[in-house]
Amino acid sequence: MNTEAQEMERIFERPRALRSATTHYCPGCGHGITHRLVAEVIDELGIRETIVGVAPVGCSVLMYNYFDIDMFEASHGRAPAIATGFKRARPDLPVFTYQGDGDLAAIGIAETIHAAARGEKFTTIFINNATYGMTGGQMAPTTLVGQKTATSPTGRNCETAGYPIKVCEMLATLDAPSYIARVSVSSAKHVLKAKQAISKAFQLQLKGFPYTFVEVLSPCPTDWHMTPQEAVEWLEENMFPQYPLGEVKAPKEGV
Amino acid sequence: MSESKTQKKPKRARIAIDEHFCKGCGLCVDNCPQHIISISGTVATSGYYPAQCPDPENKCTGCTLCARICPDVAIEVFKAKKVDGGAH
Repeated sequence: MNTEAQEMERIFERPRALRSATTHYCPGCGHGITHRLVAEVIDELGIRETIVGVAPVGCSVLMYNYFDIDMFEASHGRAPAIATGFKRARPDLPVFTYQGDGDLAAIGIAETIHAAARGEKFTTIFINNATYGMTGGQMAPTTLVGQKTATSPTGRNCETAGYPIKVCEMLATLDAPSYIARVSVSSAKHVLKAKQAISKAFQLQLKGFPYTFVEVLSPCPTDWHMTPQEAVEWLEENMFPQYPLGEVKAPKEGV
Repeated sequence: MSESKTQKKPKRARIAIDEHFCKGCGLCVDNCPQHIISISGTVATSGYYPAQCPDPENKCTGCTLCARICPDVAIEVFKAKKVDGGAH
């Protein structure tokens, strides 16, 4: 071993809220990064013992195996309904849902809109990778116009398949949600900003603010048929213009 | 040789890549500002070619960007303790 004279101290390690488990995610998947960001925020706010997570159906369906917190598995798209029940039964506990675009923006869009409209006091982390990851890369509501997927082999045709849903902007038209932001995990710089947004959402929830929502643009190298490097470049070139980053809605006073 | 001219800096920081977790996606390679991380040519027990950071020139600054982009939390970062006055 290297016997360096100077002592080294560990400045970055696995957050306590993440179990020491190998994830089933593909190499270069944004889910792993977002999992770690959520776990880091949970650690920093000291809410690991109390927080309740609701797992979705989709690629992150097994996230309860990776988080060392109390978690519940919702049926497809119904995570906001489960979270509403948790939060109303135990308003003292922080609650969050973690959902992909197939879960939140397709089958669960009704639950999402109504939970937001009611101003339920939980946080939603929304992973937008512009495709259905788990089922093999079919067209999702968030798929870009012209994007090739398994069910749009010549590219999404807006004549027949319409246009992608901008979930952040849509929810921002409602009065109740207090914080809505869109972030990305395509580079280390964006990851730092993503963590700030997730942290702000959880802090607002702890202060009693209604419905907080963070959309995370995430690469899906496998279903985009790209290398991880090509996937992050494709994300920044094509998804950033369609899904502009930043806070869409935030409380005036700030945190 | 010109060894004395290019005298090595002392090691300021280092990273430890856990081959059990690393899936060789290479995002750390792209995000390292010092360009000292590469993909190993040897397959790990996981079946992937893991990232490696030999860093013989002690270039690592401990910026933690590689660990922050890592989707598999495979990287730990260590930084030299600041020593005031030297001896214990």
